[in-house]
Amino acid sequence: MEMKSLYLWIALSPLIGAVIAGLFGKMVGRSGAHWVTIIGVAVSCLLSLYVFKAIVIDGADGFNGTVYTWLVSEGIHFEVGFLIDKLSVMMMVVVTFVSLMVHIYTVGYMRDDPGYQRFFSYISLFTFSMLILVMSNNFMQLFFGWEAVGLVSYLLIGFWYTRESAIYANLKAFLVNRVGDFGFLLGIAGVLMYFGTLDYATVFANVDKVDGKTMTILGSTPWSVLTVICILLFIGAMGKSAQVPLHVWLPDSMEGPTPISALIHAATMVTAGIFMVARMSPLFEMSETALSVVMVIGAITALFMGFLGLIQNDIKRVIAYSTLSQLGYMTVALGASAYAAGIFHLMTHAFFKALLFLGAGSVIIAMHHVQDIRQMGGLRKYMPITWITFLIGSLALIGTPGFAGFYSKDSIIEAVQLSTLPGHQFAYFAVLAGVLVTALYSFRLYFLVFHGKERMDEHTRAHLHETPWVVTLPLILLAIPSVFIGAYYVGSMAFGNFFGDAIFVLPQHNVLGELAREFHGAWPMAIHAFSTAPFWLALSGVVIAYYLYMVNTALPAKIQARVQFLYTLLDNKYYFDRFNEIFFAGGSRGIGRLLWQTGDAKLIDGMIINGTARTVGWVSGVVRRVQTGYLYHYAFAMILGLMFLLATYVLGWI
Amino acid sequence: MNFPLPNFLPALPEIFLLTMACVVLLVDLFLTDRSRGATYILAMASLLGVCVLIALSFSHSRILTFSDTFVRDPMADALKMGIMIAAMVSFLYAKDYLREHGMFKGEFYILGLFGVLGMMILVSAHNFLTVYLGLELLSLCMYAMVAMQRDSAIASEAAMKYFVLGAIASGMLLYGMSILYGVTGTLDLGLINERLPNVQDKILLSFGMVFLIVGIAFKLGAVPFHMWVPDVYEGAPTAVTLYLAAAPKLAAFAMLMRLLVDGMASLHGQWQDILILLAVASMAIGNIIAIAQANLKRLLAYSAISHVGYLLLGVLTGTTEGYAASMFYALTYVLMTLGAFGMIMLMSRQGFEADRLEDFKGLNERSPWFAFIMMILMFSMAGVPPFLGFWAKLSVLQALVQSTGLLWLAITAVVFSIIGAFYYLRVIKMMYFDKAEDSSALIASNDMRVVLSANGLLVLGLGLYPGLLLAFCLATIVSP
Repeated sequence: MEMKSLYLWIALSPLIGAVIAGLFGKMVGRSGAHWVTIIGVAVSCLLSLYVFKAIVIDGADGFNGTVYTWLVSEGIHFEVGFLIDKLSVMMMVVVTFVSLMVHIYTVGYMRDDPGYQRFFSYISLFTFSMLILVMSNNFMQLFFGWEAVGLVSYLLIGFWYTRESAIYANLKAFLVNRVGDFGFLLGIAGVLMYFGTLDYATVFANVDKVDGKTMTILGSTPWSVLTVICILLFIGAMGKSAQVPLHVWLPDSMEGPTPISALIHAATMVTAGIFMVARMSPLFEMSETALSVVMVIGAITALFMGFLGLIQNDIKRVIAYSTLSQLGYMTVALGASAYAAGIFHLMTHAFFKALLFLGAGSVIIAMHHVQDIRQMGGLRKYMPITWITFLIGSLALIGTPGFAGFYSKDSIIEAVQLSTLPGHQFAYFAVLAGVLVTALYSFRLYFLVFHGKERMDEHTRAHLHETPWVVTLPLILLAIPSVFIGAYYVGSMAFGNFFGDAIFVLPQHNVLGELAREFHGAWPMAIHAFSTAPFWLALSGVVIAYYLYMVNTALPAKIQARVQFLYTLLDNKYYFDRFNEIFFAGGSRGIGRLLWQTGDAKLIDGMIINGTARTVGWVSGVVRRVQTGYLYHYAFAMILGLMFLLATYVLGWI
Repeated sequence: MNFPLPNFLPALPEIFLLTMACVVLLVDLFLTDRSRGATYILAMASLLGVCVLIALSFSHSRILTFSDTFVRDPMADALKMGIMIAAMVSFLYAKDYLREHGMFKGEFYILGLFGVLGMMILVSAHNFLTVYLGLELLSLCMYAMVAMQRDSAIASEAAMKYFVLGAIASGMLLYGMSILYGVTGTLDLGLINERLPNVQDKILLSFGMVFLIVGIAFKLGAVPFHMWVPDVYEGAPTAVTLYLAAAPKLAAFAMLMRLLVDGMASLHGQWQDILILLAVASMAIGNIIAIAQANLKRLLAYSAISHVGYLLLGVLTGTTEGYAASMFYALTYVLMTLGAFGMIMLMSRQGFEADRLEDFKGLNERSPWFAFIMMILMFSMAGVPPFLGFWAKLSVLQALVQSTGLLWLAITAVVFSIIGAFYYLRVIKMMYFDKAEDSSALIASNDMRVVLSANGLLVLGLGLYPGLLLAFCLATIVSP
């Protein structure tokens, strides 16, 4: 088969599944819907693996070409095209693999849900959108994919649309993403304005022509065009990848069913921003200001969102804050020009975070949809497979040497240490402290759920048992890469030349290159880790968690009472929500009310619309009286008319 | 003495109609009220015969006969065909109404046929005398028809007003003709046009022209010579209103074309100014006063006044496209008016006129199909795409935009058409959203139902292919 049509099949087969399950859901039935979508995604996954093998292992050439020209306007092409290189093929494999796992898992998780077919249609549609996003070779298609995944995310957060909280959450996600997307669109507009094209390759080839150009936005201060474009694009990434302060939607998105929390809000969609920045590395490299902004924002997210995970009691929310924190790590890596490390962490994180979410989902199924960890405990002996896979996921997350998360996270931490950009000291401190926090909340969760006293009620305990194979199989299949994929790819992906030309780094920013000189293989790196700070920080996190939640279980409450103000601050999530609620939501409602009542109702409706109508009606009522019904009035009117014509025209023409 | 026989052939349709009218007159004398249907059939046959005669000999060039007092050209033939069809449809719609209101007499048809003859003469006039002959033949028939319901006070009052005002208007027209005869020395329209540039006394010429235009404006019902229109429309029996609202508008358009374009094309600059004033005043007064009307016949009268304003817009540009646009507008207007009055007749029955707006409330519940037909007609009159009325308005506006310095007039016309949309849409709102006060089913004969439906659907169908009628109009207007 020709490669181009192969790529088309990769993107389109989930779409076909989505259309069949969505539009003909009644006809194909429940099993029809899951078979058609699972087959669609499986085809896509297998073909992606084939392409991965061809390009990464056999070293075949990538592909960059147009499939379809939508329209040409004033010389600007709007096209559908594919750019298949090592970066996108890796993303394709991650997306389709995690998606396939989630599809299988959903069969078990959503078994009794009335919206079964709709759910499968949505997640397949998501897979299609995400593939379009990562396979794109131009900004327009990127934006299409960007918006499409946002749309599906919106639909899925509000999947249980009769729940008040779900509707609130999806509206919030939608609005917050609007802010990010607005910046993103402005960034794309900036690209179009200064480069005159939307095609990646052309834009990247012309970076040096735009480098050094300046523009004025407000006042007369000159801004570097590339800095402006990069920061605008990054605002888009902040929305989609939930970076402070546009992170507020992600914890609430947990209102959606757990499989999509795993697929969309942990493994794939939220990493779109990371992927996009890595894809745009030729632009970002030219602007140290933008890189510095990226790094600081990422560092803030990595550390402060981790703190919030410490006090959450909802099993999914703990993992959600963990996701925020890990996205912060990836962003820090981008800011330090360690794009490859960021993408590497994206990949390993996709596996172990999807694993953790699906494990949490398995616990939720067993607990009959109770999500509060204070009512769990001791689940280890009831659900052994869930327990062991969840433990593997947690170990990977905290960066235990040898596990996948260790390699990617350690690469990031060391890369940041070598960075010289403004803000790198803070970023280094944040990622280092983050390790302790990560270990603390991860194992707090782990101990509270799987060990200790069984705090659930009798009824629930009586029905506790391991979940069916459709749920545990994906857990096992995800646990394998969570352990091994880091060691396997650290050499090539983080320190080698895995991505080739797909990622561009200036020599003076090449922190990973420096690290590569000291890299002697995956195993020595793991051994070496025992003598570094991150390992001891992680270990102390685990020990503290053990002490607080297994040994001296009364202590957390005492600490909480002692530092009440700190707890309140964290419990209110640093008041971001409150601030947005009052300032942005309240403010825009206020402006809206003002414009509506004064501007629209009074001025436009009252004066212009109804005012003219009233005037016409009034004039009509008056003028109709001229029609008196008297013959002599009529005749007089004719004579007057004649006189007027004579007077105006005949005299006027003389 | 040599007295050459004129060429009768171009006037064959008129001669046929005259003969037939006389035949109907005679036959009707010997009919009883029960067999009055024969008069109707004969009258319809006469009109159909004229139609066929014109269609068989449709002219492609300009033929003058009867010492150049009579002209036959494509425009005349097209308008005559339109008049025939309009008259036939009026007769058909009127039949049931006349029966129910005790007016099913031969007079209606005989006067109607003579009126049509007057219109035909007016359309083919090429001499002041022929113009006047046709005009008076038409007007006298119409005065009598309005007064046909002798016992009705309101009808008699309307007839009286119409007659007196019509006499004044005819007087002014004649005065204008005599002045023009005085300055040019001829009654022949073609010769007048040739001699006008050489006339020395411009004031006298202008005087004559203004008087002449007043006569035309009265016939068209343009403001400020419109006062008779609402009273006559309301006072006359609906069958008569239908007759005089439809076909005579085509004749009046022809009169405008003959007198101003054939006769005084060289004075275009002057008469354009007057027509602009008449058009703006008609659009304004017609549309604004129509809003305050509760009687549908009166509303349609004011609507007619405003439509005359739009019709004038095309002619005043002085271009072939403008003339064609106006003719298109006139034909469209006649088609819509026939349908609207047809609806009133459809809904009226013995002792009930159905001419108030309230009578249309909730029509959708009583008859969804005819509510739909009325909706088409009202949308079309308001100028909503894709109905025919929209294209008619568009074509006159296009003619305005294409001529220099008249853009403001096009904008004014659009503004007034927006005001006008209100009262047409109000009818639709009443039909669809108000509760019916009278829930009885509509009773109508099948021929009426079929023709009225066809009438409404034609407004829609021609609106979907607007090029057909406009191209036809363009082809028939041969620049003189």
